[in-house]
Amino acid sequence: MIRSVIVMNTEGKPRFAKFYDFQPIEKQQELIRSVYGVLCSRAENVSNFVEAESIFGSDSRLVYKHFATLYFVLVFNSSENELAMLDLIQGPTLSVFVETLDKCFKNVCELDLVFNYSKMHSILDEIISGGQVLETSSSEVMKAVEEISKLETASNSINFVSKTVSGWRG
Amino acid sequence: MAGSSLMDSLFQRTLDDLIKGLRLQLIGESAFISKAMDEIRREIKSTDPQTKSTALQKLSYLNSLHGIDMNWAAFHVVEVMSSSRFAQKKIGYHAASQSFHEATPVLLLITNQLRKDLTSTNEFEVSLALDCLSRFATVDLARDLTPEIFTLLSSSKVFVRKKAIGVVLRVFGKYPDAVRVCFKRLVENLESSDPRILSAVVGVFCELASQDPRSYLPLAPEFYRILADSKNNWVLIKVLKIFKNLAPLEPRLARKIVEPITEHMRRTGAKSLLFECIRTVVTSLSDFETAVRLAVEKTREFLVDDDPNLKYLGLHALSILVPKHSWAVLENKEVVIKSLSDVDPNVKLESLRLVMAMVSDNNVTEICRVLVNLALKSDPEFCNEILGSILATCGESVYEIIIDFDWYVSLLGEMSRIPYCRKGEEIENQLIDIGMRVKDARPTLVSVGRDLLIDPALLGNPFMDRILSAAAWVSGEYVQFSGKPFELLEALLQPRSNLLPPSVRAVYVQSAFKVMIFCLNSYIQEQNIDSSSYIDTLVENGSESISARECQDASALASCDVSDQFEQVEVFNPRGSNQPPKVTFAENDRETLTRVQTCTSASLEDNSSSLGSIVELLNFIQFSLGPLTWSHDVELLERSRNLLNFIDLIRQQIPDGLNEKDGSAERELAEISKIVELILDAFSDDFGPVSINAQERVPIPEGLILKENLDDLKMICSDIELSEGSYSFGNSLYEEKVDSSILSQQIPQESESSNATTSLLSEHRKRHGLYYLPSDKTDDASNDYPPANELKEQDILDDDAAHLVKLAERSLAMKKKSTSAKPRPVVVRLDEGDELPVTRKKPQLNDEQLSDAVRDVLVGSDARPTSSQTDQSSKPSNRRKGKEKQNAGNPSDSKENLGNVEEQSSNMVDTSLRRTHRHHGKDGKQASLEKNSEKKDQTHKKSKRTSSQRHGRHKAKQSGDTSLPVASQTVIPDFLL
Repeated sequence: MIRSVIVMNTEGKPRFAKFYDFQPIEKQQELIRSVYGVLCSRAENVSNFVEAESIFGSDSRLVYKHFATLYFVLVFNSSENELAMLDLIQGPTLSVFVETLDKCFKNVCELDLVFNYSKMHSILDEIISGGQVLETSSSEVMKAVEEISKLETASNSINFVSKTVSGWRG
Repeated sequence: MAGSSLMDSLFQRTLDDLIKGLRLQLIGESAFISKAMDEIRREIKSTDPQTKSTALQKLSYLNSLHGIDMNWAAFHVVEVMSSSRFAQKKIGYHAASQSFHEATPVLLLITNQLRKDLTSTNEFEVSLALDCLSRFATVDLARDLTPEIFTLLSSSKVFVRKKAIGVVLRVFGKYPDAVRVCFKRLVENLESSDPRILSAVVGVFCELASQDPRSYLPLAPEFYRILADSKNNWVLIKVLKIFKNLAPLEPRLARKIVEPITEHMRRTGAKSLLFECIRTVVTSLSDFETAVRLAVEKTREFLVDDDPNLKYLGLHALSILVPKHSWAVLENKEVVIKSLSDVDPNVKLESLRLVMAMVSDNNVTEICRVLVNLALKSDPEFCNEILGSILATCGESVYEIIIDFDWYVSLLGEMSRIPYCRKGEEIENQLIDIGMRVKDARPTLVSVGRDLLIDPALLGNPFMDRILSAAAWVSGEYVQFSGKPFELLEALLQPRSNLLPPSVRAVYVQSAFKVMIFCLNSYIQEQNIDSSSYIDTLVENGSESISARECQDASALASCDVSDQFEQVEVFNPRGSNQPPKVTFAENDRETLTRVQTCTSASLEDNSSSLGSIVELLNFIQFSLGPLTWSHDVELLERSRNLLNFIDLIRQQIPDGLNEKDGSAERELAEISKIVELILDAFSDDFGPVSINAQERVPIPEGLILKENLDDLKMICSDIELSEGSYSFGNSLYEEKVDSSILSQQIPQESESSNATTSLLSEHRKRHGLYYLPSDKTDDASNDYPPANELKEQDILDDDAAHLVKLAERSLAMKKKSTSAKPRPVVVRLDEGDELPVTRKKPQLNDEQLSDAVRDVLVGSDARPTSSQTDQSSKPSNRRKGKEKQNAGNPSDSKENLGNVEEQSSNMVDTSLRRTHRHHGKDGKQASLEKNSEKKDQTHKKSKRTSSQRHGRHKAKQSGDTSLPVASQTVIPDFLL
């Protein structure tokens, strides 16, 4: 099970954070800070695993990937495979999260994430739900996300058809 | 009012505006946020749903990324959730999943809203509700919405069904009775052909099985089929994880899955799957030699890979193998040792663990030597990791692997001097523990302690304090092994000891007391011998070992010239260290010196044999401790006063004049010896280790309630931490431990006064320099520490690595027991209670309920259809209902009766076997081939293994009855044989 997905920049500012077991907001901020404290002291080109039990409690592992100004962090328990989690962010055989973001924003950069907060959530909710990875194909994720944004614009622009809209995919 | 609301909605900032404003930072972030919050608070009360939802969206953004509280807005969240517009609903659901938790009161209000959305025809609305439910489903919500989840589990839309499967985990966790309703449907999804469904459902089972594997054993055939059939790496990884938990419970299962797993290992190109295979083999299938061989082979590919991730995981896999297959590490020892100086901290750490796991009593000396050298070159963090693991490994089960304690004690001393050493507490504990447990190690312990105490550079490093405290205690307690107690006393009372915290200084003073008593005692013992014959015998007996010059010294000693006497100290010290610690006056002294043991060196006798030196000693102590009588630390104050008063007592008996040695002095000696003997008796009892269970053996007095709630005391006691060692410190040290925390606040004035003393003492030193330790050590040793070794360049590092490999080559290899080793000294071990009792974690109530429910469904008789289920089955279309019945008749029906009737179970075996066979005939054949080859080494089971599976079926039943113990609660189908 995945416990948390965090995206933050190299200065420690969170750009996106999702915790799958409820954490009070103060605790969330504290966890993000401690994760940053560990990540910022790590050299380039070292392994992507970080000892996380001191931060997140027993049976937790942490992998991260560093792209330009961003850290992508996944926290999970022993039911997940470490390399598969790296692939979930981005990997040679499979790349889910970053590839989807790339497709969505055409060469994703930090600013895209800053200004597309809701879309990030839509994307991640398609990949992971309740801590379980439910979709690993970026095209499937894209398909769902596009449908959702269509639905959003439709429900916003047409005032009276909301009922028809909800029956739209019937 | 309406006007302002209109203005709000017309000129409302959107989330984008908010983000842009935050980035502009015109008025500073916190000011901007508080302004935005004012707006949000106003807007969120708006009657216009659009305004409200936008405000909520901004709020949840600020909540998630800037830590702004949004619990106050819970009711607004519910309002926005119920909006009919999808965009707004989505904002509401997002806010809910972010901020709601089990204690949120408004959860009671949303049951109907969730139900409505779960049954919506729009799959995205359903998905929103499911996402939310997976985050904060409470017992009530889970119970009330189970029927809806049940329906969605067989939804025709993959998009919805996979999310419903994902939600099941949370629902089961909260409301175990949901298992009785939903479990069958969940299991049916294992047969889905859609990889996304399969991936989701296997993920759920993986999570469930990791909590309680036994309950899911009956599903093994399903998982096996997936393992053999699936081509999806995600699915395979999860199935492997399930089998990793199931295989140890059922040997037949392990035998069955080895084949497909090795097949995957050979075939796959995906590192993640390959690693999962390796991990499964090394954790759960380590009895299968061929599989382990292959896994080690593949692990080696990881180890030599450039990717540090793979290297790390490879090392990790090896470390799992160590207990059973240490050859795997030996085969890769070069890589392992090289990795010790890798740049990657994870790799270093993992290889360190591996090396430590390989340590045995044969190679511990060599490995520790290599590691301590490495620690000297490492960065502080890794250095301490190394030291910590050496201490932990060597101290394990009462120093089991240590044979040569003299070596180990010296190693402890060496480790203390490593500049980055932060392991003071552990070293302290071990020094004292070894002192108490290993009698034979005490001489070395004292000499190591002396070396530490005497080095002024070590004072002032807060990380050394604990070690010095142990060194002081050891030197005081076992002073009889010290060659030069005078020197020890100087070290204990050296001026720079004012850099120590009072708690440690108190130990110093107490040890000084013990040393002084020892000196007095040996002086008295000597005086009891006739002094003239004393010198004669010295000349006669010592003719072999004592040179003429020393005889001169000895006569000079008799003349008792003070300044000469001081020279004695200087002259004799080097000799004392050169000379083997042999008793010069053994013949005469043996009867009288009861406590002084044979290794007492000659120089001590010479020193203490003079009254002048004793007086000087007392003067010195008085002078050094004088300032402490104004100490603000109670313990220190008390101990130094004790000591000073004792000296006063003695002094009354010893005439001040140094020339009145004969006559009157002897009479007085009798008085002193009485006192000294008394104190000596008090110190002479040995401390021993105390079992941690000792307390338990004390019967509880009547009327004493041990379980009383003492929470109130927590506050008072919070700053007193008791160490949980397996020994007690006896009175003196125990007190010291406690007051170290109580009295740790240093009072500023003290440092002032101690500065004053320092200058006073330096004056004293100028006048009586001879009495002090050689000046290059004490004189003006600065507070600075020896400079830490800097990290070397990479190329040198590589050289080091090569050197390391060479060094460790020999040591890692399992050597035959060295024959020349000296016999291991006796280590005091208590029969029980040296280890902390291991308490097993009890499963939580909810978990138990869950596994009970699962077992009921899988093993027990028909799962009683609950009202909700019957309710439900009448609702959906006839087509679905029919399908469900069909399914129920097939695999799960037979599964229900598994445990009850053997006959039926073998029927079931038949079906599942045939199915496997059909799907994967090739695998099946290979499996039987494998079995044939295994026949050789398993002769006693020969009859049960036949190449024909059809034939084997009957045999399987037999073997299940006879040889293999069937799990008591759950039964796994015999298809595995």
